[in-house]
Amino acid sequence: MEIFLQQLINGLTLGSVYAVVALGYTMVYGIIQLINFAHGEVVMIGAMVAFSVIGWLAANTALPPLVIVLIGTLAAIPACVGVGYALEIFAYRRLRHAPRLAPLITAIGASIVLQQVAMMIWSRNPLGFPQIIPNTVYHLEGATITLVQIAIIVTSVLLMVGLTLVVYRTRLGVAMRATSQNAHIAGLMGVNVNQIIAATFMIGAALAAVAGVMVGSYYGIAHYTMGSLLGLKAFCAAVLGGIGNLAGAMLGGMLLGIVEALGAGYIGDFTNNVFGSNYQDVFAFLVLIGVLVFRPSGLLGERIGERA
Amino acid sequence: MTFTDKLKTNPTALWSGVVLIACALIALPFALAMAGTTWVRVTNLAILFTLLALGLNIVVGFAGLLDLGYIAFYGVGAYVYALLASPQFNLHLPFWVILPIGALAACVFGVLLGAPTLKLRGDYLAIVTLGFGEIVRIFFNNLSQPVNITNGPQGISRIDPFTIGSFSFSQNEVLLGLNFSGPIKYYYLLLLVLIAVIVINLRLEDSRIGRAWQAIREDEVAAQAMGINTTRIKLLAFAMGASFGGVAGGMFAAMQGFISPESFVLVESVMVLSMVVLGGMGNIWGVIVGALLLSFVPELLRHTVDPLQRSLFGRLIVEPEVVRMLLFGLALMLMMLFRPAGLWPSKVRQRELADE
Repeated sequence: MEIFLQQLINGLTLGSVYAVVALGYTMVYGIIQLINFAHGEVVMIGAMVAFSVIGWLAANTALPPLVIVLIGTLAAIPACVGVGYALEIFAYRRLRHAPRLAPLITAIGASIVLQQVAMMIWSRNPLGFPQIIPNTVYHLEGATITLVQIAIIVTSVLLMVGLTLVVYRTRLGVAMRATSQNAHIAGLMGVNVNQIIAATFMIGAALAAVAGVMVGSYYGIAHYTMGSLLGLKAFCAAVLGGIGNLAGAMLGGMLLGIVEALGAGYIGDFTNNVFGSNYQDVFAFLVLIGVLVFRPSGLLGERIGERA
Repeated sequence: MTFTDKLKTNPTALWSGVVLIACALIALPFALAMAGTTWVRVTNLAILFTLLALGLNIVVGFAGLLDLGYIAFYGVGAYVYALLASPQFNLHLPFWVILPIGALAACVFGVLLGAPTLKLRGDYLAIVTLGFGEIVRIFFNNLSQPVNITNGPQGISRIDPFTIGSFSFSQNEVLLGLNFSGPIKYYYLLLLVLIAVIVINLRLEDSRIGRAWQAIREDEVAAQAMGINTTRIKLLAFAMGASFGGVAGGMFAAMQGFISPESFVLVESVMVLSMVVLGGMGNIWGVIVGALLLSFVPELLRHTVDPLQRSLFGRLIVEPEVVRMLLFGLALMLMMLFRPAGLWPSKVRQRELADE
């Protein structure tokens, strides 16, 4: 039971990160049916920028830890928004009416370029998170939860609430939903479609920046290759929840985190230790394949017909 | 009259051209060996990657299915060879037995992956194949416990080279005053395989199956209406592409004598894809050009970037490896944006990509 609870907590933490990253995938997909494959690299850039700023502040100033992390995150957001915007302008805009595979291939190219540029800037060595946050541990029925974990879960919930408000309560949100339903007609109604699509990329990138800080502070390091696997898993989460659906991305992220954590915790027992927790990364892909085969529209997605 | 038309009306010119190219290809390794055996090895790897690119071209170019986990099949072929011809299980089967087994194993994996996923739309399929590639690599990495099969991250070493009787492909031999080193022998073998694969591909392209692939690529619904069993034909593309990858993998294992999961990472899949995209999806000659370009240019860069930077700036600023990766990334991006049909496009494909 303790293991179960512990893995549930770990899964929720990781799931919160997946959910926030998955929102970026799902928003872009919802609006232009494009898999922004380079989204994981945006998360990585966010983590790297934030860690650089946090590391510098921690070494050179005496600000309280919370303020340092906040400034680091605030520095990462514009950087990521810039990268997200650049991706949209340079890699995707020209290909909006091209066959689906074309933007996917440019996205792979873009993510390699981003990784290499990040490596040139920050070197091959991982950046460490300075020990500034007191690692307070709370005990809960035999399981433990750290302050960082609580902060991650709370932040992600706040972000999700905030995003939902933006999408359903603001003019920008109305324009986004209109564009996703029919970009052409939305344009006739006076929506500047290009701007709205760019804004969608930018919001997704801002979320990615925060996600980068969250995952980086959870593991304590940031590395130029951290984005690809995280991005892939978040994509799996988005598909699990029903891609294009905001609530789906949140649910999918949380579920995937929990499946992964429980899977890694119990696989040894179930298979008599033939497989161990080093197979953790396999679960996300198995979930993805399972969902796509049995329920391609995801848990909350609507069944959409093949584009004619 | 185009150049090819001229050739068709003048068979003497055609055949003398073929003979010239053949002589050049036969003499090539000796010329390279003068510059250093490394260059022969580089050429061998380039041919190997050309084989891979041609295999992937069947899937991506002919059938229009984006496969981002193609290197997994190469890995399966390599591991099958390594397990059946190394001290790992103390098995030393001859290569002509193992290569077909490797091709078959890769083919089975292709079907296993394809069967449940091929009804998915293109972009989903791409991600699933990517996930599959990762899963296979994770298994290579971890199947050392509880029974040691793949030897984990350390990989398998001391893999047997190709041998026929007492003739081994790894030993030096002097024949007619020429020094046939191991890599040079492999070069000729690879060249033969490459020619065979090219011929198979050319014949496939114009065959009933090849035309069915192209029909599916252009319009799946219409293809189905024409009586093509799309799922089966797509599965065939997957299986066939995979078995080419398997054969290439087996040859890789034998040539290198050592394999580890490191050789089968996502980046390698992306590299093969870049070759196909750069050259021109669907055009066999284009793909060959793409594969050779992306094999040799990074190698040339490796020898020029380093000294150039040292002489200009006095130190190394951008590592050759980074330049190589940037080259792949930019090749993918710029090609898709500005010349989506590739450097040497297939006529049909070009029309298709321009239309939409």
